[in-house]
Amino acid sequence: MSLRIVVCVKYVPDATGDRKFADDLTVDREDVDGLLSELDEYAVEQALQIAEEADDAEVTVLTVGPEDARDALRKALSMGADKAVHVDDESIHGSDVMATSLVLAKAIEKTGYDLVIAGMASTDGTMGVLPAILAERLGVPQVTLLSEVKVEDGKVTGRRDGDTASEQLEASLPAVVSVTDQSGEARYPSFKGIMAAKKKPVEELELDDLDIDEDEVGLEGSWTAVDSADERPARTAGTIVKDEGEGGKQLAEYLASQKFI
Amino acid sequence: MAEILVYVDHVDGAVRKPTLELLTLARRLGEPVAVALGNGAADTAAALAEHGAVKVLTADAPEFTEYLVVPKVEALQAAYDAVSPAAVLVPSSAEGKEIAARLAVRIGSGIITDAVDLEAGDEGPVATQSAFAASYTTKSRVSKGTPVITVKPNSAPVEPAPAAGTVEALAVSFSEKAHGTKVTARTPRESTGRPELTEAAIVVSGGRGVNGAENFAIIEALADSLGAAVGASRAAVDAGWYPHSNQVGQTGKSVSPQLYIAAGISGAIQHRAGMQTSKTIVAINKDAEAPIFDLVDYGVVGDLFDVVPALTQEVRARKG
Ligand SMILES: Cc1cc2nc3c(=O)[nH]c(=O)nc-3n(C[C@H](O)[C@H](O)[C@H](O)COP(=O)(O)OP(=O)(O)OC[C@H]3O[C@@H](n4cnc5c(N)ncnc54)[C@H](O)[C@@H]3O)c2cc1C
Ligand SMILES: Nc1ncnc2c1ncn2[C@@H]1O[C@H](COP(=O)(O)O)[C@@H](O)[C@H]1O
Repeated sequence: MSLRIVVCVKYVPDATGDRKFADDLTVDREDVDGLLSELDEYAVEQALQIAEEADDAEVTVLTVGPEDARDALRKALSMGADKAVHVDDESIHGSDVMATSLVLAKAIEKTGYDLVIAGMASTDGTMGVLPAILAERLGVPQVTLLSEVKVEDGKVTGRRDGDTASEQLEASLPAVVSVTDQSGEARYPSFKGIMAAKKKPVEELELDDLDIDEDEVGLEGSWTAVDSADERPARTAGTIVKDEGEGGKQLAEYLASQKFI
Repeated sequence: MAEILVYVDHVDGAVRKPTLELLTLARRLGEPVAVALGNGAADTAAALAEHGAVKVLTADAPEFTEYLVVPKVEALQAAYDAVSPAAVLVPSSAEGKEIAARLAVRIGSGIITDAVDLEAGDEGPVATQSAFAASYTTKSRVSKGTPVITVKPNSAPVEPAPAAGTVEALAVSFSEKAHGTKVTARTPRESTGRPELTEAAIVVSGGRGVNGAENFAIIEALADSLGAAVGASRAAVDAGWYPHSNQVGQTGKSVSPQLYIAAGISGAIQHRAGMQTSKTIVAINKDAEAPIFDLVDYGVVGDLFDVVPALTQEVRARKG
């Protein structure tokens, strides 16, 4: 039986660009160049490796996002995923994590899965909670923040490096996994991969296809509200000195003047 | 007065500082009721009472260590059902965020993560957050259900505010879901004797400029002279010079100390994401054009191999 892997990938504004908020206080996804979240590349990589180890596996990449989010799917397909699902619906604009996870969970169920793999966090929202929420919504084990992951005999195992300990985890499939940037470098798409990706199927879904009501998602349907977003005032320019033998001493004097020593 | 549920982060009964900070914030919203789980749970009561907990709900069971996250969610949910609080506050650790998020789904609430401040508002608690590597500050609220909010370390002062801190045992029955993910082995992190990175008042970090694992000794020496924690950039961690648990930045720890000293770190956006909210920032870098200098209160353009040991010596001399 084929192992069905669904990878959740997010299209995010480029962190090295000028990220900002739009007038409605949602993340501006139009005036800022976007890309496949770098942290989700690690999820795609692990999915591909797990699929390569399995006798028979299929990797579907899934995104919830605007039209441009297709770029993220293309990148994942060119890395080697087999097919893609894109949930794009006007009403989803402004969804928070609870609303987004609802859409993702329904899309995952519709696609069919044995294993869901996500990144450790999105580089724009940086919440890092969506995988746990998906596990809760889907009612399957959560095996998250793994720096090492393996699937064998219907089980997923992995290593989670926590604050106070490093843990070895084990759960039966189906399960939701998330992987960290310690899980192994993501591959670059090959020329062949990029060409092949153009022919791979991308299924387009709307809320209707997922039996979700408009009022369950979007700005109105979300569980949280942003009241203001203000650019942080630039830090006032500090003192910069060139070390000409006295740098360490000067720094010590500064630290003493600030009462750190 | 409304009760505010506070999830306690502790190690064998020793309450970690971020939880005491949460109690300060909880008192702005109502009466803190603490929930302490696992080995030593009841031993947390004295410290929690001292900082404002009117009640401490405790539970211990093998499930908390043998299975991942869900048993703690179920215990917190039991506390939620027993107390019907006006809000639930959880420390923003990786595990804390996951516990909070799953609880939020179960109780039909919205969740806010990584708040750096909290105040009471007309429509419930208002959370301040930093966005886009701390280049924006946002204010938000939970608009559905009971607010579930995770709060970053160093977001509030620790304030003594003695309260009853009555200990009550919390009855928890685990569902089948609690046994979904088994912890088959656990290797505790060895203590370095230095302060916890996320809680430290001073952090000294080294980057690619440190140029070798053995050279981190000079970063550690400076840290020790100041009683600081040691951090590292991802470049230094990827090179294998320092453990990943000490990485500062987007995919490492987020720190917000009184003083952050960056040595041999360029200041890439992903590094800034984890330290930009530090109160005072100091950098030592031999490249005057390094972006880290845009952030600093005080910067030294120079070779860290000269400046850092000289600084360490000077600090030691001044401290006597
Ligand atoms: C998805 C993603 C997540 C990431 N997460 C993180 C993260 O969590 N944390 C993180 O730090 N990075 C992270 N990065 C990497 C980040 O982009 C940078 O590559 C990294 O921070 C660079 O580390 P560095 O400043 O030590 O090295 P470099 O950028 O190479 O800078 C080294 C600096 O040291 C100076 N130097 C060299 N020798 C000396 C000397 N003798 N004396 C004084 N100065 C000297 C140089 O002038 C230079 O400025 C992430 C990247 C991505 C894509
Ligand atoms: N809109 C989205 N579409 C697909 N996957 C997503 C989306 N948002 C978040 N994810 C996945 O959830 C992970 C954690 O996201 P977050 O909790 O938002 O930081 C990401 O690394 C992605 O794998």
